Amino acid sequence: MSLAIDIRRLRFRYGGGPWVLDIPELTLDQGTRAFLFGPSGSGKTTLLGVLSGVLKPDEGEVGVLGHDLASLSSAQRDAFRAEHIGYVFQMFNLIPYLSVLDNIALPARMNAARRARLDGAGVKETAVQLADHLHIGDLLKKRVTELSVGQQQRVAACRALIGAPELIVADEPTSSLDFDRRETFLELLFAECDRAGATLVFVSHDRTLEGMFSRRISLPDINRATV
Amino acid sequence: MLVLDLAVKSLRNRAFSTSLTVGSIALSVALLIGVENVRVGVRESFSNTISQTDLVVGARGGTIQLLLYSVFGMGAPTQNLSWDTYRRWADHPAVEWTIPYGLGDSHRGFRVIGTNEDFYRHYSFRGGQAISVAEGRPNSGLYDVNLGADVAAELGYEVGDEVEVTHGLGEIGFINHDHMPFTVVGILDKTFTPVDRALYITMEGLEAVHFGWEDGAPPGAASPGAAAEEDEHVHAEDEAVAAAEEDEHDHAEDEAVAPAEEDDHAHAEDDAHAHDPDLSIEDVEVTQLAAFFVGTSSRRDVLGLQREINEFEGEPMMAVIPGLALNNMWQGLGYAEVGLRLVTIFVVLVGLLGMLVSLYTSLDERRREMAILRAVGAGPDRIVALLVLESVVLAAAGAVGGMALAYLLLSVGQPIAETQAGLFIPITPPGFVEWLFLGSVVVAGFLIGFVPALKAYRTALHDGLAVRV
Repeated sequence: MSLAIDIRRLRFRYGGGPWVLDIPELTLDQGTRAFLFGPSGSGKTTLLGVLSGVLKPDEGEVGVLGHDLASLSSAQRDAFRAEHIGYVFQMFNLIPYLSVLDNIALPARMNAARRARLDGAGVKETAVQLADHLHIGDLLKKRVTELSVGQQQRVAACRALIGAPELIVADEPTSSLDFDRRETFLELLFAECDRAGATLVFVSHDRTLEGMFSRRISLPDINRATV
Repeated sequence: MLVLDLAVKSLRNRAFSTSLTVGSIALSVALLIGVENVRVGVRESFSNTISQTDLVVGARGGTIQLLLYSVFGMGAPTQNLSWDTYRRWADHPAVEWTIPYGLGDSHRGFRVIGTNEDFYRHYSFRGGQAISVAEGRPNSGLYDVNLGADVAAELGYEVGDEVEVTHGLGEIGFINHDHMPFTVVGILDKTFTPVDRALYITMEGLEAVHFGWEDGAPPGAASPGAAAEEDEHVHAEDEAVAAAEEDEHDHAEDEAVAPAEEDDHAHAEDDAHAHDPDLSIEDVEVTQLAAFFVGTSSRRDVLGLQREINEFEGEPMMAVIPGLALNNMWQGLGYAEVGLRLVTIFVVLVGLLGMLVSLYTSLDERRREMAILRAVGAGPDRIVALLVLESVVLAAAGAVGGMALAYLLLSVGQPIAETQAGLFIPITPPGFVEWLFLGSVVVAGFLIGFVPALKAYRTALHDGLAVRV
């Protein structure tokens, strides 16, 4: 099985500051549901930034889906992210001036490769289908400001999943949900990841969820930069 | 297309601040276009104060002075022309028509102009409109007076009223020709030119006002024996020579010659009261005039005729082409135009700066949105494009709205300006200048958009996917 993520000797810092990431090695098989945990300030969000190509590593290799992001230009990394990665934030995931449907459709409209992977279905149909899978099919016409936090997170999950990106990156997407909703949300997310064959990197400091994942990674254990 | 869609939806989401920004740009653009149109209107109206007149002729002096006292009713000639010289040019083969213009008296601050029926026949303004009588008839008798529309309106005169004429062009004449009442026989249609602010009598009437004036005062006041003196005067004097003489004293004597001969008795008996009912227009001989307007039979003769008049040796005189001179005069006032335009351009800049402030201050609350866009794969270039496009859309909406507003206000204001101020503002479809303005506003919006865009670019690079404070 090929690797979804293959990090070697990664070092990263903001500007000239102290090292935030110093990871000798981290690999993930494709299709893995990885649970990445660690206390606040351990570099979780920074690692996701590097994985998604927003942040450029200072040293080492960051292999994602067979591409070394460290050797790509900023524009190439943006294009790579648009094509291959779905991203879910902790909160405030949605663009306030777009409808629920437009928010979900955004990555597909932004990137032709994501559009091409819709299997012939239209952007709208796919978005509607995804929304149905995540039980928010009745919210599509609403303004995003009218949604509850849980509903917003599901919309964000739909947006990350549209066009079947190979890697889903989720940055504590459940931290603002209560426990029951967390589980429901995760189950729905897993189901969609399985359907698309996507690898999931899920970050949280809440270890009550770790049992649901196939792989658990403690960031302080692999990141030598953590003080 | 996606970015444009995002830009429009984002602006619509901030409807209040968007409409304020668009509104302020629209107002400033409307001002710019409105001022431009009014400026053109004022200029047109200025250079159309008189039209279809090929030459204005007066005593030698300044071009502007000649225009001011002949066309605009301001100031006075340093010297008059003799009637004989005028007749000489009026009979010139290249001349089709002339209008004599005599000045020197006023009525309650309005000028009294001596002219003849040619004024009604040939004087035209604003592209060929002729003088017409709204009420009554054109003046023809010696003591007939026609009133300009403003004179009648401001002084409340009607046909049949009697008006008295004051010597001098000032607001307050120190001696009234109170023995010379004129009767209003007609009121002219409003022209929105200085024509409205004058009274019109015959050349003979103007001459008769000065009847018996010697030593600059009316008979009976300064010189009780004036009527008697006239008998002693040498009447056989050559009129052309007399007219060319510079001494006004001699002029005054000369003017009185003809009527004095025939109406000596009546005048002497009746010198403190109303005008002599027996004195008729044929009795008065016109000796001088301030200026005259010339229409040539053929446009090609204008320059030749002008040169001929300027080089005339019999009397120092000059001819100016009014259209040309008015244009030169306007260009002399051009700095005011430039100033006005500069002010309106600055107003537009202020409107655009308002947009800059509005976009720039919105950036902080939009950092989240930028991070989301980055997460779904938008590069910093798209962030820049989004903000620049928002700025362009705002500026373009403001420009188009401003243009619509300007034409709306112009079409509402046009009749008001015409009836209230006599200013005819031609409403023309947007021309090169208007499109240039609009284009400049949009280009300025584009350039200004880079200020918030580059700030957002830096923030987006710095923030990445996490909004850091």
